[in-house]
Amino acid sequence: MLGIIIGVAAVVVMIAIGVGARERIAAQIRSLGANLISISPGSAKMGSVRLGAGGAPRLSEEDAAAIGMEIPGVVVAAPLLHAREQFTIGSTNWQGVLRGVTPEYFSAREWRVIAGQEMTPEDNKRVANVVLIGTTMREKLFGKADPLGAAIRIRDVPFTVIGLLERKGQSVWGDDQDDIALVPLRTARRQFIGTSRANPTFVHNITVKFADWASAEDTMAAIRQLLWQRHRLRTGQEDSFMVSNLAEAANVEGSTTRVVSLLLSAVASISLVVGGIGIMNIMLVTVTERVREIGLRLAVGARRRDILAQFLVEAVTLALLGGILGAAIGTVAAIAVGSLAQWPVIIDLSAVMLAIGFAAAVGVFFGYYPARKAARLQPIEALRTE
Amino acid sequence: MALIEVDRLRHCYRVGGGLVWALEGVSLTIKRGEFVAVIGPSGSGKSTFMNILGCLDSPSEGRYRLNGVYVGGLHHDELAAIRNRNIGFVFQSFNLLPRASALENVELPLVYRRMWAGERRRAALAMLARVGLADRARHTPAELSGGQQQRVAIARALVTEPLLLLADEPTGALDSQTGLEIMAIFRRLNGEGLTIVLVTHEAEIAAHADRIVAFRDGRVVSDTPVVQQARSLGNARHLSLAYNNVR
Ligand SMILES: Nc1ncnc2c1ncn2[C@@H]1O[C@H](COP(=O)(O)OP(=O)(O)OP(=O)(O)O)[C@@H](O)[C@H]1O
Ligand SMILES: [Mg+2]
Repeated sequence: MLGIIIGVAAVVVMIAIGVGARERIAAQIRSLGANLISISPGSAKMGSVRLGAGGAPRLSEEDAAAIGMEIPGVVVAAPLLHAREQFTIGSTNWQGVLRGVTPEYFSAREWRVIAGQEMTPEDNKRVANVVLIGTTMREKLFGKADPLGAAIRIRDVPFTVIGLLERKGQSVWGDDQDDIALVPLRTARRQFIGTSRANPTFVHNITVKFADWASAEDTMAAIRQLLWQRHRLRTGQEDSFMVSNLAEAANVEGSTTRVVSLLLSAVASISLVVGGIGIMNIMLVTVTERVREIGLRLAVGARRRDILAQFLVEAVTLALLGGILGAAIGTVAAIAVGSLAQWPVIIDLSAVMLAIGFAAAVGVFFGYYPARKAARLQPIEALRTE
Repeated sequence: MALIEVDRLRHCYRVGGGLVWALEGVSLTIKRGEFVAVIGPSGSGKSTFMNILGCLDSPSEGRYRLNGVYVGGLHHDELAAIRNRNIGFVFQSFNLLPRASALENVELPLVYRRMWAGERRRAALAMLARVGLADRARHTPAELSGGQQQRVAIARALVTEPLLLLADEPTGALDSQTGLEIMAIFRRLNGEGLTIVLVTHEAEIAAHADRIVAFRDGRVVSDTPVVQQARSLGNARHLSLAYNNVR
C-alpha cells in the first residue's frame, strides 16, 4: 500500500516536473525569439593558434551587414556589444548588463517595447544617449515610479530613458533577461567599449534570425562559409567564431530535467512493484482468512470467474485507494518542489488520472494470482476449513 | 419420476499416504416430492453422500444422475449452475456471512444469477417471510438466535426455488424445541412439493420424514418407509426398529 502511494506520488511529481520543464524550455525558446543563430568570436580550441591580432574580437558590423544581405534565408542579422555597467539614479546604484544594439536586434529577438519609444536608426547615427530598460532594471532603479523620460547615469554618463522593454523572464541558462539596458550600438562603443585599430567596427556577437527552421543547418553552413571568406581563413585553420543554434542549446539544457525524470521514473516503478507485491500479500492473507466464505459462495452457485472477479475488484480497490492517496500526496509534493526548488511544475489532470490508472493496473496484475488461488478452491474443501 | 439416481457410488479420501473409503457402493433412487432422512453412526459416510448429492464433491466411482442429467464429467461452471438453480444446501453450522444482514445472506445465490437488485430484494424478503423472519431482515447473524440463523440459511437455500433441498444435520446445533420448529418448516415445504434429503442423528427428527435410509460403513443397510401413525406417535416402535437395524 505504501509502495503504491509512493509510486503514484512519484509518477505525479515526475510528470509535473517533466511537463513543467518542457513548458519552460518552450517558453524560453519563445523568449529567445524563434529561429535564432548566435555568432560569437570563437575562443579557439586548446592547443591551436588563436587568430586575430592581440586577441581582438574578429566580428565586425560589416560581417553582420554581409550576412544580412548575402545569405538567403536570413531575415535579419543584428550586431551587438555588451558590458556590465554601473547604473545610477539619485542615490540608487545598480550593476546590470548593458547592450549596444541596432533596431535590427529588436526584430531578431522579437522584443517589443511596451511603453515609450522604440530605438530608431537615427539614434544610432546620432550616437544618442538614450536607453531602453528591462522590467528588472526598472524595478531596481525606479521602484514604482515612471521611468520614461527620466535621466539616469551609466558609468557617470547621463542617459535618457526612452522606452520600457517587454518582460522576457529567465533564460535557458538561468539568468534574468530583464535585468538589462539597451543603448544604440555606436553609443555603446563610444562611451563604454572603445574601438580597436585592427577592427574599428568590431562587435561581440551577431544575432541572426532565419526564416525557416528546416533550413537552419544550411543557413549555418552558409554563414560559416561567408565568414570564412571574409576573414580569409585557410582550410584546416580553426574557426575564429562560433555559430550556434540557440534553440538547440536550449534543448540540450532540457536534458537535465530529463535526468531528473528518469530518476523519478525509476523510483516510481520500483515503488509500484513493491506496492504491488504488498497488495499481493494482503490479498493472499484475505483469501486464506475467507476460505470458508469462498466455499459457501461456490456452494450457492458462484462460478470460478465470479470469485476471481470479486477478489480482483478488491485488489484493484485497494490499489486505487493507494493511487488516489498517492496522487494527492504527489500533487502536494510537486507544488512544494515547484515553490521550494524553483522548478517549474505543471500538474495536469490527465497525468494524475494516468498515475491512478497505473495503480489500478498494478492492482489487477498483482491481484490476479491471489484471486485465481481463491477461484480454484474446491467447494467442499473450502467449506470444511475452519 | 426419479429426481436422484445414484448407482454404485464409491468415494475415498486420501489420508496421509493411504486411502479411506467413505462410501463403498451406494445405490439409491429418490423420487420427486420425497422427504428422506439419512441416519447412521458417526463416520458412516452420510456427509460424504450428501456432498456428492449437492455437487460439492464428485464421487471417486459410480454414477449420479440428477433430474435426468449425469453430473459426472460436467464442467465446473455447469456444476456451479446446477448448485445455483437445482439445489439448496443447509449446513449444520449455518454458514452465514457474518458481516452481511439476513437479507443480504438470502440474496447471495441470486447475485450469481445476475438478477436485478430490486427483484433480488423482493424474492429474498418473500423467502424470509416464509420462514417467519420478515422482521429480522436487517439483523446480522450475530444478532440472531441459532434457530433464527438456521431459518435464514433455509431461506437462502430456497430463494432460488430449487428442486432439491439437502440438509446435513440442520438441527445438530440447535436445542430440541428449536429443532422441531425447523422440522415443521421442512414438513410444510415438503407438503408444497419440495424434495428433501436430510441427515440426522436424532430419531425424533428422522420421524418427520417419509422414508428413512440408514448408512453403516459406507453402505445402505436399511431403507424403510415411515408410516403415518408412527410419525404421529413420535417415538414409534417402527423407528426403534430402524435404529436397531443400524446399531
Ligand atoms: N476430508 C476428509 N478427509 C479424510 N477423510 C475423511 C474426510 N471426510 C470424511 N472422511 C472420512 O470418511 C468417513 C465418512 O465420513 P463422513 O463425514 O461422511 O461421515 P458422517 O456419516 O457424516 O459422520 P458424522 O455423523 O460424524 O457427521 C469417515 O471415516 C471420515 O473419517
Ligand atoms: Mg457428517
